[in-house]
Amino acid sequence: MSLNQQDWSLHRKGSIDQKRHMEKVRDAVKKNLADIVSEESIIMSDGKRAIKVPIRSLEQYRFRYDSGKQEHAGQGNGKSKVGDVIAKEPQQQGKGTGKGKGDPGEEAGDEYYEAEISMEELTALIFEDLELPNLEEKRQAELETETVKFTDVRKKGPMANLDKKRTIMENIKRNAAKGDPTFHDISNDDLRFKVWEPTVRYESNAVVIAMMDVSGSMGEFEKYIARSFYFWMVRFLRTKYQHVQIVFISHHTEAKEVTEEEFFYRGESGGTQVSSAYELALQIIAERFNPVDWNIYPFHFSDGDNLPWDNDRCLELVEELMKQCNIFGYGEIREGHYRSPSTLMSAYNKVQDPKFISVTISDKREVYPALRKFFHARGVATPDPIA
Amino acid sequence: MYEDELKQLEANIGKAWDLAVKMGLDPYPVNFEVVPAAIMYEFGAYGLPGRFSHWTRGKAYHRMKMSYDFGLSKIYELVINTNPSYAFLLENNTVLENSFVAAHVFGHTDFFKHNLYFEHTNRTMVDKVGANADRIRQYEYDHGLAEVERFLDAVLSIEEHIDYNFRIKPQHNNETPATEPTTPYDDIWNLDKKSRNTKTNKEKTPARRKFPKEPVKDILLFLAEHAPGLEPWQRDIIMIVREEMIYFIPQMQTKIMNEGWASIAHSRIMRDMDLDNSDFMRFAALHTGVLAPSRSNLNPYYLGYTIWQDIEKRWDSPTEEEIAHGAVPGKGKEKMLEVRETENDVSFLRNYLTKDLVKELDLYLYRKEGDEWVIVEKDWRKVRDGIVASMTNFGFPYLMIEDADYRKNSEIYLKHYFEGQEMDLNYAGKTLQYVYQIWGRAAHLETVSDGKRTLVSFDGEKISQRVLDS
Repeated sequence: MSLNQQDWSLHRKGSIDQKRHMEKVRDAVKKNLADIVSEESIIMSDGKRAIKVPIRSLEQYRFRYDSGKQEHAGQGNGKSKVGDVIAKEPQQQGKGTGKGKGDPGEEAGDEYYEAEISMEELTALIFEDLELPNLEEKRQAELETETVKFTDVRKKGPMANLDKKRTIMENIKRNAAKGDPTFHDISNDDLRFKVWEPTVRYESNAVVIAMMDVSGSMGEFEKYIARSFYFWMVRFLRTKYQHVQIVFISHHTEAKEVTEEEFFYRGESGGTQVSSAYELALQIIAERFNPVDWNIYPFHFSDGDNLPWDNDRCLELVEELMKQCNIFGYGEIREGHYRSPSTLMSAYNKVQDPKFISVTISDKREVYPALRKFFHARGVATPDPIA
Repeated sequence: MYEDELKQLEANIGKAWDLAVKMGLDPYPVNFEVVPAAIMYEFGAYGLPGRFSHWTRGKAYHRMKMSYDFGLSKIYELVINTNPSYAFLLENNTVLENSFVAAHVFGHTDFFKHNLYFEHTNRTMVDKVGANADRIRQYEYDHGLAEVERFLDAVLSIEEHIDYNFRIKPQHNNETPATEPTTPYDDIWNLDKKSRNTKTNKEKTPARRKFPKEPVKDILLFLAEHAPGLEPWQRDIIMIVREEMIYFIPQMQTKIMNEGWASIAHSRIMRDMDLDNSDFMRFAALHTGVLAPSRSNLNPYYLGYTIWQDIEKRWDSPTEEEIAHGAVPGKGKEKMLEVRETENDVSFLRNYLTKDLVKELDLYLYRKEGDEWVIVEKDWRKVRDGIVASMTNFGFPYLMIEDADYRKNSEIYLKHYFEGQEMDLNYAGKTLQYVYQIWGRAAHLETVSDGKRTLVSFDGEKISQRVLDS
């Protein structure tokens, strides 16, 4: 008989297999991106916490009983009787989040395995090979930004940079060595300071102009799709390009520059006059974003309904925008096929310019392909200096 | 743990051993290892240290470790059934907690040593699984990680389906057909008979040779021996999975008895350990925590512990009626030792879960009605039988291979021996895909769904399901 305590710090089998599991989760997430991108619970989340992604391929299948049809044994507190309810079925995980409309049809009884993944990881997967197309070096391309990076921990330093957590740990360690692992009697020896180094980054300027139709004709589905697209677009830009500016414009018969929050959460009503948005975009460009200095990316999402006499005006403005911008993206959302042939898309069919990119979305699953279409590298521009 | 704590723990373990022996236990000696939580959870996820790698174990490890990190659950003890046994203690447990665990462990190793169902257990299994892991690693090297993983995925999906009674040999029918000639001249004596029989012989169409002759419970063994297209390394992997399953089966068969027995051991050893008041209170809190009942499942520690205590009480002081029938008082301990040698969970519950105990423990059966889980049975006999039924085949459907040449097309036909509980057909279809992957041809499963005989099949392309005519 013996009692041993060894050093296990190099033993990593569990974490290696855990990593393999995570790899499988990531693979599965990748295969299901089209579904995940339009998952309501993610779009509606604040995007900060870890999120649960439903995955069908990682279940460990076995021959097993149907637990819903089975009797189970339990134990009461002495007073249980037939008919007592001991638990309620929790909400089916991952299911029933979509509100029916545009819900991709799932096979009945299909079960989900839910993987937990951080928003950052998911964003990285989705945008792995996406980038701002046609990015050009502009006059002020090498805009220097100085940032501070904390790189080391030392025992001396200015009080403002005191690393409180490490200091407390040191104190507890020192006290623990004396047999009393609590936080007290802080001494100079315990103090730890963060030390930084300045780093310099060079970036090109880019601005994205996000335009969205919020008129009465935009139904729940249309708004949802437009917001999903922009939700991911904003995330994509913020992850990959630190200094990209985003301008939000929502329009019905009039266009307004709005805040990000208003853009995503406020609904309006009324008729539609798309040219108003384009005019506002051009105005903003003229005032704030000189094309000589800026890469400019206008995107517009609408259901295609527009005042008929406004279409020609729109076409002119799109041509004008394309002269000043790197690309122009237009997304038209049509649910089902019962709608009349869209007035706006048919008008845009005449545009030949390779800078013009359009997509039609009629299903939640098409959001991800749309993102890919707009943001895949086109290799027109010289190698971009953006990190 | 610090040096002085280790010294104190070592002294306590010695004391616990002496007390265990004094109370009549005869445990295997134990090597205790003090380990960090990550290691504890790793061994918990793998079942044995050094076992082969697979992502499902990584997933289990991650789950267990997370719930520990969040303070939701804690493994106190992990003991390996070898001789000498290995037990793992958490390094950030107190001396008292770890002494408590050690006392509990002696209950387990006594049980491992004496219970009949562990008689054939390989007591050097840690070496064995290490060697198995080495072979699988070599296969990964030779055939690629993805290929081996894909095959392991399939085999592990049916790992429970082995014959745990494989040591009971079937009685072979040694009757040889009378028509076989045994001497060169036999045919002469039979000439007369033969001419008379020719007519009937011709009318009979030759019966299809049934394969396997009798239904086979050991699906893994059958696949390893008979699946046509497998490489030697694949057959080896099936046998590795089967061998490791066989090691775990006695533990699955005796969970309630074994945990109950170890709880009896820890409670008595700790009681006699001369703890001071505050330590005794801490011990009592631990004991209550481990034995806490649950509304939605049976706590094997609590159930086992209560039944063991009841056995002792009943055989120590039998009723007048029992004495009239020849029972002798004071036989409690003797009876306990006998039961720990000869029973498993199913017989243990059937023989010793009495009407009074079901009432005292307030046991019930519940099921899903709508979206609520509702208590549906309190009658003690039905509750007992329900618990026993749920433990049959360790809670997995009892499947046998009925035919490995189904439709004369070498398709494999499994049959669920239905005993009232219906299977999850969605899962069954998906698992048949794995059977197909191993067997190489269409796989079928006959079961009962909504009261009707149903056949679920996977033909290599799609899963289908149809009702069989009764």
